Amino acid sequence: MLRDEDRIFTNLYGWFDWKLAGARKRGDWSNTKDILTKTPEDVVEIVKASGLRGRGGAGFPTGLKWSFMPKQNTGKPHYLVVNADESEPGTCKDREIIRHEPHKLVEGCLVAGFAMRAEAAYIYIRGEFYNEALHLQHAIEEAYEAGLIGKNACGSGYDFDVFLHRGAGAYICGEETALLESLEGKKGQPRLKPPFPAGVGLYGCPTTVNNVESIAVAPTIVRRGAEWFAGIGRPKNTGTKLFCISGHVNNPCNVEEELGIPLKELLEKHCGGVIGGWDNLLAVIPGGSSVPLMPKATCDDILMDFDSLREVRSGLGTAAVIVMNKETDVVKAIARLSAFYKHESCGQCTPCREGTGWMWRVMERMVRGEAEPEEIDTLEEVTRQVEGHTICALGDAAAWPIQGLIRHFRPEMERRIAARKSGAPVFETPASVAAE
Amino acid sequence: MSGKHIADDSLQPESFEFSAESEAKITTILAKYPEPRKASAVMPLLDLAQRQHDNWIPMAAIDVIAARLGMARIRVLEVATFYTMYNLEPVGAWYLQACTTTPCWLRGSNEMMRAIKDTLGLDNHQRTEDGRFTLLEVECLGACCNAPILQVNDDFYEDLDYDSTVSLIESLKKGEAPSVGSVKGRQGSMSKDGPTSLVSLKDKDGVPAWFQDQAASVGGDD
Repeated sequence: MLRDEDRIFTNLYGWFDWKLAGARKRGDWSNTKDILTKTPEDVVEIVKASGLRGRGGAGFPTGLKWSFMPKQNTGKPHYLVVNADESEPGTCKDREIIRHEPHKLVEGCLVAGFAMRAEAAYIYIRGEFYNEALHLQHAIEEAYEAGLIGKNACGSGYDFDVFLHRGAGAYICGEETALLESLEGKKGQPRLKPPFPAGVGLYGCPTTVNNVESIAVAPTIVRRGAEWFAGIGRPKNTGTKLFCISGHVNNPCNVEEELGIPLKELLEKHCGGVIGGWDNLLAVIPGGSSVPLMPKATCDDILMDFDSLREVRSGLGTAAVIVMNKETDVVKAIARLSAFYKHESCGQCTPCREGTGWMWRVMERMVRGEAEPEEIDTLEEVTRQVEGHTICALGDAAAWPIQGLIRHFRPEMERRIAARKSGAPVFETPASVAAE
Repeated sequence: MSGKHIADDSLQPESFEFSAESEAKITTILAKYPEPRKASAVMPLLDLAQRQHDNWIPMAAIDVIAARLGMARIRVLEVATFYTMYNLEPVGAWYLQACTTTPCWLRGSNEMMRAIKDTLGLDNHQRTEDGRFTLLEVECLGACCNAPILQVNDDFYEDLDYDSTVSLIESLKKGEAPSVGSVKGRQGSMSKDGPTSLVSLKDKDGVPAWFQDQAASVGGDD
């Protein structure tokens, strides 16, 4: 278990002053000028050496991503864009950073922006986080007033602006190029890649898009050193991570833990365990709605990091752990996600626009058992037709939960179809059975 | 994808003008973006128009924004129809957005929806006859550790169940908005049984050990 002295977000729960004075007391903005006397390459190297992988879902090495920005003057401004459009079902960690530790994010913008020679950061926050945006805007204004950002930031001679931009309710804007389109005043429809944002991003200029958590941890990594961060977790899966645990645990919560913590330890130490006990666990979605679920047998000893979860054909994603116990209608749980993806498809690519609706309608029939057994194969086949055939990963994200369901719960789907044909109840929770 | 309904002509005002207060905000907003890229301001301006106009955007405002930002009317309208949060028809003064995505559903969003139906008679996309409440079922609000969530105008009410939803609605009916956040009084997204981390820093203002020597020199008054 991670020690408190290694936790970065010490105001995660909002116990203390989130404004500048409180943040400074906790170490934010302490001698930031010293960081800015390094070269941008030095900062990139520190982040590379720390092993930090992107905290927004894909897990791409953050320092490497920063190094893709042009090192020569291209005659165009460079931009850092922070993805605060937190919308992946199960995920609610960036909200806590923004409302309780906004200065970690603002300072992170300066440090990361410096490392990529950016002249400004745009933070794109989801529109529903209205009160959170007020905190962040206040923090930005405090930082300007204190000379920490703006002209001659921290007295370093480096000019850097931070702007806040509110979204308006569209999951797709969490996709980096859709976010850029939205920031430019358009519908949030993803762009084809290449060109990648590091070459042609916001306003056609070199741009890097990073998740809130990736940016907010950067100053602490630079201060405490790459070795410190790299010493936490496992090789290639280093550092601390905010886990969001929701669903059927006794105490849902956000907690900062070591990457690679066993899932069982995470749930039992921090969340009061699974409702009804560990043996009452049915399945866990370990990284937000887009990643395939894992049945209990996998959950028993799985480690919560990028590579361990990939090995079991799931993923760490955003580390949003959605727990389902044996009272869950698991087909319905996944069908609800299919409805989500249907609602959030931007409509640009045909396989996704048509496929998400098709998959959702079939999933709703599967919930009721109104299907033929061979339609499970047809459904699986259609997920393969959507996956990999769209501009962005929303199509993949819509396909994977269904693939996971079929992989691990096919007998349950077949049982429902048979029950329906025989007139037996299609789904009964253990609780409802016990109550009869 | 989801459709969006635009108010009938009979409900559309003939004209729309930003107020002086909004104009001051527009100046601040436009300063964020390079002048040739002022179309970037379309989302904040739509939001401003909505806030100024009883929480919905009339077509006249679409025209005003298009003219102001040098955009074609259809470009503004397609942004206004693309994003869930823009209302293009009148909504109740209490605008309820109920999250029913899987993490909220696992924690009982059905009960929250049932309470809304029982107290207000509302199904998704409906407005009460007195016009005071509108219900929209929305997708994940990003507060899943505090599920289920009901967003009322700008505020999140969290950790709801049937009874607490009923009492929330009853308060709103009286014109009172209870304090926002967890209806169970939970602090942020901390475990309801108390913290399992950061306990050793609780009486130290959250100052981490590596910074404790230096923290003393940081003034708390700047």
